[in-house]
Amino acid sequence: MTVAHEANIDIKKGSSSLLHNLAFRGVAYQVLLAAAIVLLAYLLYQNVNANLEKQRIATGFDFLNETSGFDIGETLIEYDSEDSYGRALLVGIMNTLSVAACGIVLATILGTIMGIARVSRNWLASILASGYVEICRNVPVVLHVIFWASVIRNLPSPKQALSPMEGVFLANRGFIFPVPEPNPAYTWVWVALAAGLVLAFGFNYWAQKHREKTGKYIATLWPCMGIVIGLPLAAWLVQGAPLVWSVPELKGFNFRGGASLTPEFIALLIGITFYTGAFIAEIVRAGIQSVPVGQIEASRALGIRRGFIMRYITFPQALRVIVPPTTSQYLSLTKNSSLGVLIGYPDLVNVGNTTLNQTGQAVEAIAVMMAVYLGISLTISLGMNIYNRIVAIKER
Amino acid sequence: MPGARKTRKKNETGETIITLEGVSKWFGDFQALRDINLTVDKGERVVVCGPSGSGKSTMIRCINRLENHQRGRIVVDGIELTDNLKNIEAVRREVGMVFQSFNLFPHMRVIDNLALAPMLVRQMPKKDAEEMALGYLRRVQIEEQAYKYPGQLSGGQQQRVAIARSLCMQPRIMLFDEPTSALDPEMIKEVLDVMVELAEDGMTMVVVTHEMGFARTVANRVIFMDDAEIVEIAPPETFFSKPKSDRTKLFLSQILTH
Ligand SMILES: Nc1ncnc2c1ncn2[C@@H]1O[C@H](COP(=O)(O)OP(=O)(O)OP(=O)(O)O)[C@@H](O)[C@H]1O
Ligand SMILES: [Mg+2]
Repeated sequence: MTVAHEANIDIKKGSSSLLHNLAFRGVAYQVLLAAAIVLLAYLLYQNVNANLEKQRIATGFDFLNETSGFDIGETLIEYDSEDSYGRALLVGIMNTLSVAACGIVLATILGTIMGIARVSRNWLASILASGYVEICRNVPVVLHVIFWASVIRNLPSPKQALSPMEGVFLANRGFIFPVPEPNPAYTWVWVALAAGLVLAFGFNYWAQKHREKTGKYIATLWPCMGIVIGLPLAAWLVQGAPLVWSVPELKGFNFRGGASLTPEFIALLIGITFYTGAFIAEIVRAGIQSVPVGQIEASRALGIRRGFIMRYITFPQALRVIVPPTTSQYLSLTKNSSLGVLIGYPDLVNVGNTTLNQTGQAVEAIAVMMAVYLGISLTISLGMNIYNRIVAIKER
Repeated sequence: MPGARKTRKKNETGETIITLEGVSKWFGDFQALRDINLTVDKGERVVVCGPSGSGKSTMIRCINRLENHQRGRIVVDGIELTDNLKNIEAVRREVGMVFQSFNLFPHMRVIDNLALAPMLVRQMPKKDAEEMALGYLRRVQIEEQAYKYPGQLSGGQQQRVAIARSLCMQPRIMLFDEPTSALDPEMIKEVLDVMVELAEDGMTMVVVTHEMGFARTVANRVIFMDDAEIVEIAPPETFFSKPKSDRTKLFLSQILTH
């Protein structure tokens, strides 16, 4: 329509000027914009390069292989000050990933429970959930993190540590708990766990098929739990049930043995989990409420039980509304984990900052950090988009 | 109202399937139903009409417990509706309901809309449920739409799917709450045709509608409700030609003249 219309004008005016063609204009604007961006980037690059040269700061990424010379308090892989900057950054990346992954899982669980509680008919549950949401999402995430850091810092010293259970301690050194001593037999326990998961999926699939064939509904929750827990348990028992606990003990000023979560990790994790959980709760609530009551009434009129209505009618329709905004919450949680730098959690930004200060190679260090966050974010987006594709059921 | 009872026409079978005795219902302080007495016989077709807000929907929604009543007794097919969940489920298995806004499940294909409840509630194998679904779709003449999504159908087609979906539970009673009110005029007929056919097959039906043509040809009795009460119950011939109450006359003059 538009093209014909434009063409008419051209014919009337007797001109064939491209400037009046809508499609041409669209392309032209984009080309001009792209050219402007490239030019700007080039000028910026020139300028930075010239300045760095003046200050005799090396450019390039060679510094990644140089010895870092600094220690990191919390590492998931072997690392000491003799190692390179590259490895230090890797430690930071792993720390960022671990706190973000734990945060995403916990915030999702917390948010889902709170979101459902908010719409529940249980008055107390709904009031408590509303209180949680309003308090947590209206306080800046920075304050959340600093608050929990100061709470933990004010816990008693190891000597007076809170011990809710034998061998479990909560102190200003973090959360210390017993773990089983490593044992070769555990390899098989892990293998059995993996096998159990596969079997549970298989059983679920079979139960579904069986129901379609015979109409008989088979509850899968308990059998699946049985398989997933029972199989590793059996593998452990068959090998003579080897178990030696490494129990933390107070030695001098700190604990020996067991395992621990550092105060920084806990504070950052709780802070970003509570904050993001409040937003996810709102998203879940909105998702559930987006399903029209007519849907539930029609299901009830058909005699479908409450649990089935939730599973087959409410949940699938709510999920479409829930998944896309939840993706952005996961992204912001991951980026908010960089607040660890405030309380001394050695995440990527923390390590990157130290690297930057020591080498002076600000552009490269920041480029590395940006690239890593971009990579993590794109991975989350990709994963969630695929999930969304699966749940975004067709309607027309 | 006392006069209304006398005019009631007994159906051939004479077997009562729905009983409402002194039913009252409040929404907070607002009384939506006031001392409703009504019995419906097996195979009978009852049309309910009345001005907006008079409690028509509320009354038929009490029959399958989408709303609960606070006073009186409701017995459906020998089962009394109380807080007992087993009773409620049993009644809902016997009573189908069609809504003004169709309420099809938008995320399921037409055939899955139909097969879902028989599978979940009657534990029917999927193959049988789908076969039955196709049978009912044929009956409402949209078998060819079976593998589409509800959003791809016209309003009239959606409402026919909704009727077929209810029929898949093989109910003994069908409730209709203004099934044609959301439809364009040219689609009303296709839905009414299906309902007429259902009536001819002997289904017990309680229909809230303002389609007076339907009431005339299909109903055994017409009920007029106003202000939370049943004002008049009469066979269609008497109801339209010699209404007793002034309120009924006023209502009929309003809907029949425009
Ligand atoms: N859930 C509810 N909460 C409070 N009031 C309600 C509720 N449902 C219905 N009502 C009120 O009860 C009265 C009867 O409503 P009902 O829906 O039964 O009327 P109706 O006769 O079906 O009207 P319409 O022809 O407009 O559908 C109305 O005044 C309505 O406002
Ligand atoms: Mg109504």
